[in-house]
Amino acid sequence: MPENCIYIARSSAIAARALAGEMMIMNSANSTFFTLNEVATTIFQAADGRTPLREIVRDKICGQFEVDLDEAQADAEQFVAELSGHGILIVSNQPLAAEAP
Amino acid sequence: MSLMSEVGQKAFNLGVPLAVHMDVTYRCNERCVHCYLDHDDHGEMTTAEIKDVLDQLAKAGVFFLTFSGGEVFMRRDFFEIVEHARHLMFNVKIKTNAVMIHEAEARRIRELDVDTIQISVYSHRPEVHDAITKLPHSFERTIKSIRFLREQGLRVTIANVLMTVNSSDHPGVQKLAAELGAHYTLDPTITPMMDGDTSVLALRIPGEELPEIFRNPALVGSQEEFCAPPKPPSEEDLEGYSCSAGHSFCYISPYGDVFPCVQFPLPTGNIRRQKFLDIWNFSPQMNEVRSIQAKDLTVCSSCSHVTSCTRCPGLAYVEGSMRGPSTADCEKSFYRTGVPTANMLQQGLSKPRTSVPLVQIRPIAVPA
Repeated sequence: MPENCIYIARSSAIAARALAGEMMIMNSANSTFFTLNEVATTIFQAADGRTPLREIVRDKICGQFEVDLDEAQADAEQFVAELSGHGILIVSNQPLAAEAP
Repeated sequence: MSLMSEVGQKAFNLGVPLAVHMDVTYRCNERCVHCYLDHDDHGEMTTAEIKDVLDQLAKAGVFFLTFSGGEVFMRRDFFEIVEHARHLMFNVKIKTNAVMIHEAEARRIRELDVDTIQISVYSHRPEVHDAITKLPHSFERTIKSIRFLREQGLRVTIANVLMTVNSSDHPGVQKLAAELGAHYTLDPTITPMMDGDTSVLALRIPGEELPEIFRNPALVGSQEEFCAPPKPPSEEDLEGYSCSAGHSFCYISPYGDVFPCVQFPLPTGNIRRQKFLDIWNFSPQMNEVRSIQAKDLTVCSSCSHVTSCTRCPGLAYVEGSMRGPSTADCEKSFYRTGVPTANMLQQGLSKPRTSVPLVQIRPIAVPA
């Protein structure tokens, strides 16, 4: 396992639903409301806590959106940090168990 | 336009049912004097049936889900239902009288990350609240429950239905809400009982008293804005639609009947016999509701209030036509602005007549 491996999981505190390919997310803790674009939605949907972020980016983003892996990885890490700050994603360097409400 | 409004408009344009109001029971532990419901159980959906409905709603794109009743906690499986809804990642709101919520229930609601709990409080005076609910000590229990919920950091909205018997108490309830850290909403709408009994309409605040409410900045915000005379409608306005009923919103009764809205008793199908999306997409009734534009309204299309009126197509439907006026809203528009509505002018009235009796949602008989 690479040292800098990142695992991401969706927080159980949020509500989420896809609308025309874009994800709507609401965090009930503070009623903040977000929508994610198609790329971000793909990462969010793949955030199962078990698949490393780099693997998600390689398999789900680079193939589908024709972007360079390192560039996409850097963007994804920034996006993941942002969503983690809003309590939407949980980030760890270890695999995560899925949260249950 | 806020992000939420943008999303709402997008769902409306795409015909996605963004929000659903589901009554899980009509049974209740209170007997409020103004309540329109028949509290007997005529065959509520089972836990498994409701879970299946929730699965279907999630697949259909529903995001905002309101559980109401009756009193939701009369169902012993209510937490199981909410838990399933949260697993499906709905944004959940609960409407309740909160009487059955104690510390443990409040904690569980927080653990389930419910977005908002809306609770009915009729007065800041226990004797007035209890006289309305007909449940002794209900005020004390409800307020205690609100404190439990607030201690858990949950968002609570106090809904204050105004009627003749508590019409002077809204400042006290508003103050109480502030003390409890709860939001406050006010509603002067009283509707007849499900069996058609209109005696409860005597509890309605007379139209002549509405201006006092509509000109109270503590309730409506900017009075100038709220009471501004209507602007003439543009061509684009006349291409518009009344509300989200049937477009991005619908109501499901405890018996599985699907309606365009909780206030729109037009049966469109039953989820025990049909798939939700089949009803939503193909019901002729649902499609008729969503086809009506402002220009199609028989009286209101020529009314100066057409863009600012709160005209409810469901209330218009129970008055006789979903394309016709909703007299209760005509009354509100008149008393809000002082400008007569087309409906009034057509009848040669200088002020509204007493509101027309309304009929509320009735369960649809399911053939054996």
